[in-house]
Amino acid sequence: MIEEIVAVTLHAMVPLALTAIGEAFNEKAGVVNIGLEGILLLSSFMAVLGAEASKSWVVGILVALLTGALIGLSHGIISVYGKGDQTVSGIGINLFALGFVAYGIWVAWGTPGHHMASPAIVVPRLLTPIGPISWMVFVTIIMAFLVHFLLHKTVIGLRVKAVGENPEAADVAGVEVELVRLLACVFGATLAGLAGAFMSLDQMAMTTKELPAGRGFIALACVAFSGLEPLLALGAATLFGFFGALGLWINIIPYFKPWLKYGAYEFVHMIPYLTTLAVVSIAVGKRRFPKASGVPYRRE
Amino acid sequence: MSSLTESFSKAVKPITEGVFAIGIGLFVGALLMLVWGFDPLRAYLELFRGAFFGKFQMATTLSYATPYILTGITFAIGQRAGLFNIGGEGQVYMGAIAAVAAGTYALPTSVHLLVTVIFSMLAGAAWALPPAVLKVTRGVHEVVSTVMLNWTCVFLCRYLAMGPLVDPNSAEKTISVLPSSRFPILLSGSELTAAIFASVVFAVVVYIILWHTAIGYEIRAVGLNPDAARYGGISPLRSTILAFMLGGFAAGLAGASQVIGRPPTWAIYGTLANITNLGFDGIAVALIGRNHPLGAIIAAIFFGGLYTGSRYMQMYARVPVEIVRALHGIIILAVAIPGLLDIIKKWWEKRRGK
Repeated sequence: MIEEIVAVTLHAMVPLALTAIGEAFNEKAGVVNIGLEGILLLSSFMAVLGAEASKSWVVGILVALLTGALIGLSHGIISVYGKGDQTVSGIGINLFALGFVAYGIWVAWGTPGHHMASPAIVVPRLLTPIGPISWMVFVTIIMAFLVHFLLHKTVIGLRVKAVGENPEAADVAGVEVELVRLLACVFGATLAGLAGAFMSLDQMAMTTKELPAGRGFIALACVAFSGLEPLLALGAATLFGFFGALGLWINIIPYFKPWLKYGAYEFVHMIPYLTTLAVVSIAVGKRRFPKASGVPYRRE
Repeated sequence: MSSLTESFSKAVKPITEGVFAIGIGLFVGALLMLVWGFDPLRAYLELFRGAFFGKFQMATTLSYATPYILTGITFAIGQRAGLFNIGGEGQVYMGAIAAVAAGTYALPTSVHLLVTVIFSMLAGAAWALPPAVLKVTRGVHEVVSTVMLNWTCVFLCRYLAMGPLVDPNSAEKTISVLPSSRFPILLSGSELTAAIFASVVFAVVVYIILWHTAIGYEIRAVGLNPDAARYGGISPLRSTILAFMLGGFAAGLAGASQVIGRPPTWAIYGTLANITNLGFDGIAVALIGRNHPLGAIIAAIFFGGLYTGSRYMQMYARVPVEIVRALHGIIILAVAIPGLLDIIKKWWEKRRGK
């Protein structure tokens, strides 16, 4: 029982954590991307498409990474070089994904809204004492520490923080503000692409027209909760992953069975969203965010 | 003379920019069709023919414009107040559910429609209240809070539509509302009802509130510059809550228009299929309509046409309707860049100069 909850929580954590860590990174550089939901959706679809075409999940993951990077590049060009409205661009990504994936699933497989990935292209899992665990769980944890190290112990991290905090000063010091921001945005979106591939090729083994079901926004909640610290984002993702797992867990406990017969399951579905909202309302408080977050840089 | 041409070009600019963004959307859409082996010219021909050519086509277009005007206004008011309210989706659901509840409740014929409309609008506003309160008291960003409530609402409404409000004779939908609560049909055989008038009147009222009352001035002042507004004695707290409430009224009415203003079902499907995505499509409507309630009317007719025509496109050119929503996304991405036309013009002139 406990093992099951731990395993489900860890797997629910992965997409939230990867997405949140990436977003924390590009927000440090001053680019906010609320199109995460769209990136998850697009990359989860492209991953299955790529994997089926090549009969290999490795290719699927690579295609998803590329999808994430391309969306990040578009968002970066619009918001950094085009001085565009980042929130509007993000919502554009979300809507585009919503239409494109529904359209893509229909023309690729002729089914309305969903397609199961064949077992041959599902990412194999590692056998551990608590049952089969995806190796992506470990990748995610390592990634959190890696990005933490990158941000706080390297010159790259210093530059990223500089262009988010005080772009004028960074510019004077010779940092290419716009390039750093663009690359940070691409990096963040690529991690979201990896998260999308994990969902469709591993966690759920399918692609649907609403696969992320709000996870991109729950990841944004993780980012707000973390104050842009990758390790705290990992923690928040674990917490929110646990809430997500709770619903599944209630579903398999015999004690709750009689209540779930009619309708009540819809209420169980609400748990992750309501708990996320509650936690954010209680804990978000007054976190400090980079001064130039969301503001395009214009050289005077 | 020059000031006249200047003000003329200033007035025309949003229109040319909107048309340009739509052009980019249609172009990328054509590429997506080509990639999958469809004929984009055929598809667009069927789409625009199905949307605007013919009495019934036009009536259907206007019937889809009815909720789009309102959900466009929901997002537009938020933007005017400096908010990014993407909770229109959930507020539409609440309005629709409230319309079913009130519309199936036997009330005197003379007041039934009015009571149902008011009840729906209040339900929409009630669902907009938590994000507003969390924003002003706890600083929770409305993007996160509204999306969490959208998803909560999906499950709440599925429960209500398939549980307490289900039609005992037809399990795939809710009970149909009573005839006394329905908007009259304008063109028999079409889906167009008098709900379109309610939509337009609401848009005009919002325009008057925003540009001709003190409250509207406060909302816009806070949206333009919250610090300056606070310095001028305007409370951002009040304007934030007001903007959310007005937006909630609009979305609630949009939800109602799908139930008491749309034949032939006069109900919600258990899958919520006939009320989903209206809130999200409203974002595109608002952005092309320049976050102006009257601009939203024009944009809503265009997007209503796009939606109506897409069904013909699927029927005759075999292109799935979903491509239209991908178009919305591209159009919004093009709108996100301020003065995109100017940038391209400058780039073109520079290239030609060399």
